[in-house]
Amino acid sequence: MNLAVELHHRFPAVQIAIEFSVPSPGIIVLFGPSGSGKSTVIAAAAGLLRPDHCRIAIGDEVLVDTQAGIWLPPERRRVGLVFQDSRLFPHMSVMNNLIFGLRRTGEREIGIDDVIDLLGIRNLLARRPNTLSGGECQRVAIGRALLRQPQLLLMDEPLASLDSARKAEIMPFLVGLKTMLKLPVLYVTHSLDELLQLADSVVLIDAGSVVAAGPVGEISARADLPLARRDDAGAVLVCRVAAHEAARQLTRLSCGPVTLWVPLADLPEGQDIRVRVPAREVILARADVDLSGDVLSLHNVLPGTVRAIAADPGHRASLVEVALGGGSVLARITPDAIARLALAPGTPVTALIKSMSVEILGLSRRGESWRAQP
Amino acid sequence: MALNAVGFTLPVAILTAWVLARTRFPGRPVLNAVVHLPLVLPPVVTGWLLLILFGVRGPIGALLHDWFGIRLVFTTAGATLACAVMVFPVMVRSVRLSLEAADIGLEQAARTLGAGRLDRLVNITLPLASPGILVGAIVAYATCLGEFGAVITFAANIPGETQTLPLAIYAALQAPGGEAKAAQLSMVSLTLALIGLLASEWAGRRLNAALGR
Repeated sequence: MNLAVELHHRFPAVQIAIEFSVPSPGIIVLFGPSGSGKSTVIAAAAGLLRPDHCRIAIGDEVLVDTQAGIWLPPERRRVGLVFQDSRLFPHMSVMNNLIFGLRRTGEREIGIDDVIDLLGIRNLLARRPNTLSGGECQRVAIGRALLRQPQLLLMDEPLASLDSARKAEIMPFLVGLKTMLKLPVLYVTHSLDELLQLADSVVLIDAGSVVAAGPVGEISARADLPLARRDDAGAVLVCRVAAHEAARQLTRLSCGPVTLWVPLADLPEGQDIRVRVPAREVILARADVDLSGDVLSLHNVLPGTVRAIAADPGHRASLVEVALGGGSVLARITPDAIARLALAPGTPVTALIKSMSVEILGLSRRGESWRAQP
Repeated sequence: MALNAVGFTLPVAILTAWVLARTRFPGRPVLNAVVHLPLVLPPVVTGWLLLILFGVRGPIGALLHDWFGIRLVFTTAGATLACAVMVFPVMVRSVRLSLEAADIGLEQAARTLGAGRLDRLVNITLPLASPGILVGAIVAYATCLGEFGAVITFAANIPGETQTLPLAIYAALQAPGGEAKAAQLSMVSLTLALIGLLASEWAGRRLNAALGR
């Protein structure tokens, strides 16, 4: 099934023309600078703003279609919205906040106990919002939106008002949410970290239109997008923990047919995780040189093909996207290296990645274990 | 009488305040001005206007008198009406200020959670504005007890029926040897005013605490 969004609206200063279609269920991250139109999508989907033209459909089910005259006010839509400032009702307990939406709908797909356990808020139920921390407030706000029994969950920069410690505290709950939810989530952020950790699909938006849309692995590895020209550019690979080799102090990850070695990680075998391979850490070698055997200190010698090359003037460098067969990596190398290796789209190459440079997303620096998924 | 005046006026005042605070329509400045008229008009003029409108021969008074047999002039009900009209702007102001202070974002959140207009007013807006509403009501009650000009013009000064405290004090001062009675009544007035102000302060604090502020 797909979530399809079409939105056209003319503001005095900017023209919004956003259209995308991405797989559902899943977390769809809308990413872009402030004022690019991300929040307009959220406001229109919630019904708080009526655009000139808007159509939102999940599979065959049309939620909104201004041309067909399908336009419900927010109170009659099955849409949950989590605001940046949690907007809990100060005169109600956490429990009454949670069931506010639940009491106003007949649906009971998402159970109250599941939500309370998932978000870890059972010990907060009797408290008043003003006694909660920012992270706790946001967890309650997410629970309240979920219990509205939405067909579509909207999150408008839910972590933007939190400090980094609170963000780290709430992130595991959001990751847990991914596995539980059977609905599409539109998630607006301008934090690359949130995008990498949470996104199943990414929609890049700039100046009111879609720059690119697709799976997170594909978008993060594209050489021609603004994401690739950031200092911290790097491709995301979705992999599974295949085995631990305690004697060698290594963990083996498999991303489809690709095998990645990383330093021994405190993760259960069989778990799905995401890793990021920073573009500046990837070395490219000619494919016709034999690098097997114990000739290199690094562990990851991956055969691939150059898919695209783009200039990165800001770093006096070039970006090379290398398809590995089970995902892609991005390499930031000098234009001189491209000339010396005679790289062009279609050239077979070997990507060399130190096991130490592969970042496991969601694993905190202190080496705490990844929160077990329900 | 003062209780009746406040009780009847409060719902109308809340509605008017909500209209002024949350809606935009062409006649809004006019409504705003009319609501505030009793605050700036000399009370005697307000009383005289009431006399014209609600007198037995007045356009509204005649209707009430002929159809329902209700006479407002020179009765307790009339004094209540005069009071109500006088305190109306005070209440509207106070309620409107607290409505405007209530976070519109919370109403928006309630909206996305399925609460319709009335639902939001009853469950979100009014509870959030309740400190202002209560303080407005208490101040209005105290003002009512002290109303003079409009009541004496519209409902006269009939002991036990339309006589408010200041009217009684005024009457006592006019009578020879009434100073002692005037002093007593003034003390009563002072005490009531003080209790009213303290009560509104206390209630406001309690409600704000309950709202988690």
